[in-house]
Amino acid sequence: MRLGVLFSGGKDSILALYKAMEKEDVVCLITVISDNKESYMFHTPNIHITEYQADSIGLPLVTIRTAGVKEEELKELRRVIEMAKEKFEIDGIVAGTVESVYQATRIQRICDSLGLWCFNPLWQKNQLDILREVVELGFDVVITGVFAEPFDSSWLGRKINSKTIDELKKLSEIYKISPAGEGGEFETTVLDGPIFKKRLEVKGFSINFSKGSGIMEIKKLELKEK
Amino acid sequence: MILIVDLSYKKNSLSFEEFVLPIASIVEKTGTDFNIKHFTELCEEDLRSSEKVILCGTALKDDEFLKHEEEFSWMKKINKPILGICAGMQLIGLVFGSELIEAKEIGMKEIKLKKPNKLFSTDLYAYELHKYSIKPNEDFEILAVSDLCVQAIKHRSKEIYGVIFHPEVRQRQIIVNFVEKVS
Repeated sequence: MRLGVLFSGGKDSILALYKAMEKEDVVCLITVISDNKESYMFHTPNIHITEYQADSIGLPLVTIRTAGVKEEELKELRRVIEMAKEKFEIDGIVAGTVESVYQATRIQRICDSLGLWCFNPLWQKNQLDILREVVELGFDVVITGVFAEPFDSSWLGRKINSKTIDELKKLSEIYKISPAGEGGEFETTVLDGPIFKKRLEVKGFSINFSKGSGIMEIKKLELKEK
Repeated sequence: MILIVDLSYKKNSLSFEEFVLPIASIVEKTGTDFNIKHFTELCEEDLRSSEKVILCGTALKDDEFLKHEEEFSWMKKINKPILGICAGMQLIGLVFGSELIEAKEIGMKEIKLKKPNKLFSTDLYAYELHKYSIKPNEDFEILAVSDLCVQAIKHRSKEIYGVIFHPEVRQRQIIVNFVEKVS
């Protein structure tokens, strides 16, 4: 089955991609670039990195830009999936949705309207297990956005590893937040992993943090041989 | 031992993680042993060694299981509790002679209780992902409905239940109740 993977460049979409590549024929990545930092549907920090990730993984990237107005952005999502269907003759879509019935419902409806299969290999998965699996598989995941207490600027740029996972677990119990950022508490960017032919090396970045939220914006990076 | 049956279009498909593992995870948390099998590999020993059976759902576009209805005739013979989820409820209905009807629902919906039962006893708000439902024949009683179609059924003389919605998403207690209360 020829599949396109909805791809934000964060840990969930990379794990969904990895699982899809193990079982089916992934022929393209699909990215929606939202201008709305609070988009209901789309991961935003460092979305431009998907171009480098796709290059490293060796898959073509289909992109579309949206103003990110709620529900309106779904028309852009439908359009970009349609573009991928026409250009790469995909039979279906893979998404890294874990808990959000809002996201899952809308992606399912779009796929249904386009006659496409829809797969969500992380659906309902334990969020700490997702973090552990990503680390065990050898993905290099960095926190590049924090949007809720108790996360401060010191979390920006931190790698997800077993120590970070233990801390996230404790924080999730104290603050009743998602340990994997599923509620939008934090966002991640993946720089390397088993499906990367070259690793992404950050050569320049800026950290902007104020009023309890912030992002690590990757300004410059290079693809390096592994 | 609970037998969890994968009804997806092929063994070890991408749907396995979406429709089978969430059910296994809920069963595991009850402390009950389980055995997962794809429907093409079910054998008599699997059925004999299990106390109950759960038939999992499939992707919206996956109708492969409907071509294999005759392979599920064992449901009529074994005298063990069965819970069919979505595709599983469709198969239960078909095996016992009910009619499959077109009824597409995607997303959260209100579900009205028609008859309190061992799985649930109130109205529900549940996640839907199906193109068909069942028009149950006289073998079944209707436990719940949405504004579009029958949502839950029970065989009148057997502990065989079907739900067309996906309890693993927002109604996990239904699966726990099947594991712990139905016998």
